[in-house]
Formats: sequence, C-alpha cells, structure tokens
Amino acid sequence: MPDLPEIPNPDDVVYSSQFDWVKTASPDDVPLEIHDMTVAYHKKPVLWGIDLAVPKGKLIGIVGPNGAGKSTLIKAIMGLLPLSSGWVKIFGESYKKNLKRVGYVPQRESVDWDFPVNVMDVVLMGRYGHLGLIKRPTKKDRDIARDCLEKVRMLPYANRQISNLSGGQQQRVFLARALAQESDIYFMDEPFAGVDAATESAIVTLMRELKDKGKTLLVVHHDLPTAKEYFDMLLLLNMRVVAFGPTEEVFNVEMLQKTYGGRLTILSEVAEAVKASKV
Amino acid sequence: MKRSLNLLALLGRRLRLGVRLSSAAFSSAWRKIVGVERAGRDAGRFVPADLKCDSARFEPGQSGVRQKRQRTAAVQDAVAKSETLFGFAPSSSILRFLIAAIVLSLAPSCFADRIGEVTETSVLDQAIRFFTFRDESVRYALVGAILLGINCGLLGGFIVVRKLALMGDALSHAVLPGVAIGFLWGMTKDPVAIFVGATVAGLLGAFTVSMITQTTRIKEDAALGMVLSGFFAVGWCLISMIGRLETAGKAGIDHFLFGQAAAITAADVKLMGVVTVLSVATIGVFYKEFLVTSFDAAFARSAGFPTKLFHHLLMLLLAFSVVIALQAVGVVLVSAMLITPAAAAYLLTDRMHRLLWLSMLFGVVTGAIGAFFSFLGAGLPTGPLMVLAASLVFAGAFLFGPKHGVLVRWWRRRSRSQRIGRENTLKAIYQTMERRDFKGEGATLLELAQRRRETEDDARQQTRELIRHGLATQPGAGGQILLTPEGWQRACEIVRNHRLWELYLTNAAHIAADHVHEDAERIEHVLGEDVVRLLEKRLNYAKLDPHGRPIPSLDDVGRGAGGLFGRDELVGYGKSI
Repeated sequence: MPDLPEIPNPDDVVYSSQFDWVKTASPDDVPLEIHDMTVAYHKKPVLWGIDLAVPKGKLIGIVGPNGAGKSTLIKAIMGLLPLSSGWVKIFGESYKKNLKRVGYVPQRESVDWDFPVNVMDVVLMGRYGHLGLIKRPTKKDRDIARDCLEKVRMLPYANRQISNLSGGQQQRVFLARALAQESDIYFMDEPFAGVDAATESAIVTLMRELKDKGKTLLVVHHDLPTAKEYFDMLLLLNMRVVAFGPTEEVFNVEMLQKTYGGRLTILSEVAEAVKASKV
Repeated sequence: MKRSLNLLALLGRRLRLGVRLSSAAFSSAWRKIVGVERAGRDAGRFVPADLKCDSARFEPGQSGVRQKRQRTAAVQDAVAKSETLFGFAPSSSILRFLIAAIVLSLAPSCFADRIGEVTETSVLDQAIRFFTFRDESVRYALVGAILLGINCGLLGGFIVVRKLALMGDALSHAVLPGVAIGFLWGMTKDPVAIFVGATVAGLLGAFTVSMITQTTRIKEDAALGMVLSGFFAVGWCLISMIGRLETAGKAGIDHFLFGQAAAITAADVKLMGVVTVLSVATIGVFYKEFLVTSFDAAFARSAGFPTKLFHHLLMLLLAFSVVIALQAVGVVLVSAMLITPAAAAYLLTDRMHRLLWLSMLFGVVTGAIGAFFSFLGAGLPTGPLMVLAASLVFAGAFLFGPKHGVLVRWWRRRSRSQRIGRENTLKAIYQTMERRDFKGEGATLLELAQRRRETEDDARQQTRELIRHGLATQPGAGGQILLTPEGWQRACEIVRNHRLWELYLTNAAHIAADHVHEDAERIEHVLGEDVVRLLEKRLNYAKLDPHGRPIPSLDDVGRGAGGLFGRDELVGYGKSI
C-alpha cells in the first residue's frame, strides 16, 4: 500500500490526548507509540494511518465494531502482521528490543485445546521469552508459574490436561501465562470472550492490580456497557483511531456514533474502490 | 515337546503346500489340503519309512518329485495325526474352516511361493536366522528399522500435533522423482546421491504447495493433492524409464515404492544413523521452542521465537527422515510410519514429551516387527508389513487405551448406567414405602413394577441387581424386598438429591415447579456430598420439596425412616435382617 489516498476528512478524528507530552516524557513513561501505521490484508487496508501514544499505568479498552481492526492492531504492534507503513515503538525502542517487556494474551480460539500439554506447561511458556533459545525452565521459573496460577486461582488444576478445562478456566490459564511473562505492557485479545461472570470479575480485579503496579494494559473488548465500567481510557477504533482518551471524555453518544455509525460504510466503500483500482 | 514342535513344522509345511495349490482353483485346492481322497491316492504309492517328518527330510537339494511326494505323504500323516489330536475326522467342516482361515491369513507367503523366490527353508529357520543375527543383511535391516522408527516416531509426534499429517504424505510422494534423478546421476543406487535428490525433490514439493496456497485462491488440501500426485507421476515415469535402461545397477530401484528392508546396506545404515542423530539432537536441544511454536505460534512469535524458522527446520528434518525411510518402507507408505505411531501415542498420553517417547517406542517396535516378518519370506514388502504392525498398535490404543480407549469408555458408560439403574430402583422402593408412611417393611415386586411402570420380570431383574450389590434382601422368594442399611442410605441420598435440586431450581432459579422433575431425574445421580451441603445451606435446610414431600436430611440418611416421622422403631430394614 505505498500510495493510499489522503484520508477523507481528518477533522473527524479527535485526539483527546495530544502528542506534545511524548516529546518531553522519558521513554520509560511511553509504553507504546504508533506513528502512521497502516496494515493491509490481501491488499485490503484494515487499519489506516494509526497515530497513538499511550501513557504508562493505564487500563485501556480497545472498542469498535466487528472488523474494525482491533485484533489486527494488537498483532501489528507485536510484529505478527507486516506493516504497510509507519512504525511502532515500545518504551521508545523497536518491539524486538523490548520483547521481554511485552505480554500477550491471544484469543482463546487461536489454539488447539486438545494439544498434549497440561496447565503448568502452558503457564511455563510465559517464561520462555525470558529464557531465550535452548535454555530449559528452572525451578525458579516453575515457582513463578505456580505463583501466577495461584493469582488466577487455578493452582489446583496445574496438572490438568488443558482440554478438560471450561472456557473461563482456559482464559485464566492464558492470563496466568501472560502474568508469568512479568511484562510492563500487556496486550489482551478479548479476554472476556465466552467466560463466566465470576471469571470476568476475577480478571478485571487482576487487571486493576496490574495497573496499580504501573503496568499498562491494552484490552480488546466487545461489550460497550462494561467497557465504560472497566477501563480508565478507551481507544475507539474503526479502521482509524476515532477517539482515544479518558473513558469519561470519550464514552459519549457522539463518539460512539462515529465509531459504530455510518462512517464504517464510507470507509469500507473507499477500501473496496482502492482494492478494485489495484487489481 | 519335540512332538508338538514337529507337528508345528509339519503344519507350516502343509500350509505352504496348500498355498501352492491355491494358485489352481481354490475349491479343489482345499479338498487337496484337508480331504483324504487324493492324499490317500498318492500315499498308496509312497509311504516314508517313518512318519516323524522332521525338518531334515526337506532339505533343499532333494529332487522336486521326491519332495512333493514326501509332502503329500506328510499331508496324510498330518490328517491322521490331527484325527487323533482333535478326536474327529479331518473332513469335518470345522477343521476345514480352521485350516482355510490359517491359509488365508498366511496369504503373503503365497505370493512369494508362487513366484519361486522362497528358498526351501522353513519359516522357523528364517526366524532363527533373524534372531541370531547371523546375516549381515539381517543386522542392517534391523538397525535400519529401529533408526527409522526413532526418526519417524519423533518427527511424527510434532507432525500430528501440528496437523501437518497431509504435508508428510505429500512430501513423501514428492521425493520419488528425486530418487530417480539421484539414481540417474551415477547410474547406481548411491545412497548419498539418492538422499540428496530425494530431499531436494521433497522440499521442492513442499515449497510448491505453499507457493500455490499463498499466491492463488486454492486452499491447502487441493494443493497438497495436486502436488502429491503430480510429483509421484513424474517419479513413476522416470522409474519405469530406468527400468528399460540397460544398466546393471538398476536392480531394486522399484523397492523404493513399497520398501525392502533386506536391501538396506551398510551405507544406508550410516546415512540413517546420521539423520537420526541430527533429528534427535535438534528436537532435544530445541524441544521448548518446538513445543511453544506448535501450541501457540502467535504467542511464540510475540515472545521473540522465530516460528517460521522452526517450521522450516521441522520440514527439513521431515524430508530427511522420509528419505532415509524410503529404502525400508517405500514412498507410498512412509507417511503412515510418520503418522500412525504418533497418533497411537496421542491416544495414550496428555503430555508432549511422553507422546514423543511413546511414539518413538511404537516406531521402533513396528519397524522391527515389519523387518522381521518381511524377512520370513523373500520378496515380502517391508513397508506394508511395518504399516500393518503400526496400524495394529493404533487399533490397540484405540480399543484399550486407559483414558480414551473405546472399551474403557464403553465400560465406564455401562457401569454408570447400571449404577443409575440401581439408584432408580432404590428410589422406587423408597417412594413405595413413603406412600405407606413407612408403615410397611419394604416393597413387593408388584409394587416395584407398578411404581417404575415396568413388567414384574424387569422388577425381579432389578431386585436381583440390588441383592447382588448388597443393597437389598428378599428373604422369601417373591416376598417383600427389604433394603439393607447401605441400600437405605443410598435411597435416602438419591431422594434427597432429587428433591433438593427441585427446590433449588424453583427457589433460586425461579423455574416453575412442574418443570423441574426431568432435570432432577438426571442431576440426582451426579450430585456430590459437598455440593449437597452447599445446596442445603443455600436453601436454609428446608424440610419440604416444591411438591410438599419431605426431604430426607443427613440424620435420616444415617438413622433410617424412624427419625423422619418421630417414631422410635426403624422401618424398612433391621427387623428382618
């Protein structure tokens, strides 16, 4: 996508936080900065010109309609998808240099739960990034993994094969694995999808604890009413950043209409036109 | 002992004869095997001096006619012996059937015998030759089969959990043109040239598949199917061209189709050893990496592991092990040696490292078994025998696996439904007694049958079950069925579970009272004591269910019905026992 057309109406995009603060802040206080990021699947742009700077120690919800590119955003940040343009910085450096400071909770459906591993094995995988190549997990890693299981109250299930878990339990295992990564910024892809109410509130409590320790969390979320309740900041996303700011500022009818409303159809049509002109 | 051994050798010989005859019309042939008429006719002309028939009499080098006559005599002898052994005439249909079945089960040796490749050594002799490792070819075949088993088992484990089984199949078929080109390179069966050619062809096949899937709208299954058969066709054309060449070294090139372990040479074994060490070392060193990239590739990449690199490494090792396995298993079936042992192991364990160990063990065992049986008769293809052995191992795991085995699951289901049946009978007896305010002592068969809306025969059967499990007694035949203390306790528990659950559904879940019975019928059998405690607490230790019937409390379960209605005597059991 080298020559995308100019974005139709830049005035529609509202930033509640300006980037000036980044210029004066130390890199350690800017867990994530994105500049002009464009991501395309099969020539069809999914994210257009994303600019974003995330402050430290916040619990941030990423909200938007289906196909808005929420998961794509996370994956692109972590280098799982190629960028068509722009760049991403984690704590002022490239993602590769700060791998160990990033934790990831993928969508639960992304793995085969019949895989022959037990709960402990999965959580230990959270330690693999710190170990690097070849080195095997030590007793210390096991202790950390056990602590993380305890935090999500899954320690009694440590030796269970993962297919014998309920959806909520599986999600807790993924969360424990991310905790075992001992990171400073976490990306979570729909951690509340298909979990029971008890697990959901346990996860939220855990997220707030992490936030209080100065960690930054970006959470893809589907449910609007709870989004208002759970998150400090919201990123309203629909192929573009519609709005990013404190929940009380951003969560209003006007913004949500911009995110979920007619905007989507126009952008999609342009995307179709771009695709057609290229073929 | 000696006598029985003799008889065994005799049986083998006789079957061999039968097999030879089976190339003629089958019906007449097996009249010859078991029928007395023709054997008797021959026997009139030639009767050996002694009828012991030890194997020395059948050394190769004796004249064919003489052998044949001896054999025919042996048939008669066997017939006579089996008559004394089984106590009935060999013309009996059971024996005929038995022998025919054995003949059919030894069908492969029929093939070998007919084309005259078998030397006149017996199966037993061949087996002894195999186990004493006298021959070099036996040693090479066995070592080769074991190395192959380790290799295929190890990589197969990852292939199966990564859902790449079809890729293994495509890769193995794609190597065939490489085999042919490797041969054409030096016009001999140089293992290294064939190895290089086959690996390159295999990887080219895998690359073609991913190219097609990435650049077109064609999905992987169609791409695999095309590449697999396309490469195989090219390879087969080349091989048949080589077949027409006037070279001496071409012998055995067709063994690459179905494999021939006996054709494994020292150079092959060396190559297999190198590849096996390479695979074991790579997986051993990078076990953690292969595990995490197989389970959750996105997560692994986010943590900085080069997932693509490990995928390519695995494909390379896969190509290597397919190629070294060719000589023994053949192009057509090598993917089965990758998949089947690993799939069997997958049914038996829930941990990856155990899966790999088991898979390697199965690979080694089935490889050795295949090599052994193919050695019993020259010309027996090794590949199909190995795959047959592997399939039997899989069938064993499928049927008898302790966790996921069909038989175990069937048994578990059966005993569960039997337990539920008993509990329902107990409940019916309890309810019958309850209807009489626990004034009677138990229930009669008729009452039980009426209560459960069944025939009296069914009720009798169920009562027998209860008595067998010590839950009830029936002192007089056809008299009252009385519950033992255990039976009473279990009956109270079931009724309590049922009514508690009904109450919970109506009170806590606000479901109408007439909707809850069906649900409770199922739940009553699965509620554990700790859940019951929770329910009781949640329901404030309620005494009555939504239909106004009393819920047996913990005390009642222990004491019997007497406590329930404030009477002193225990009703339902005790007096009669």
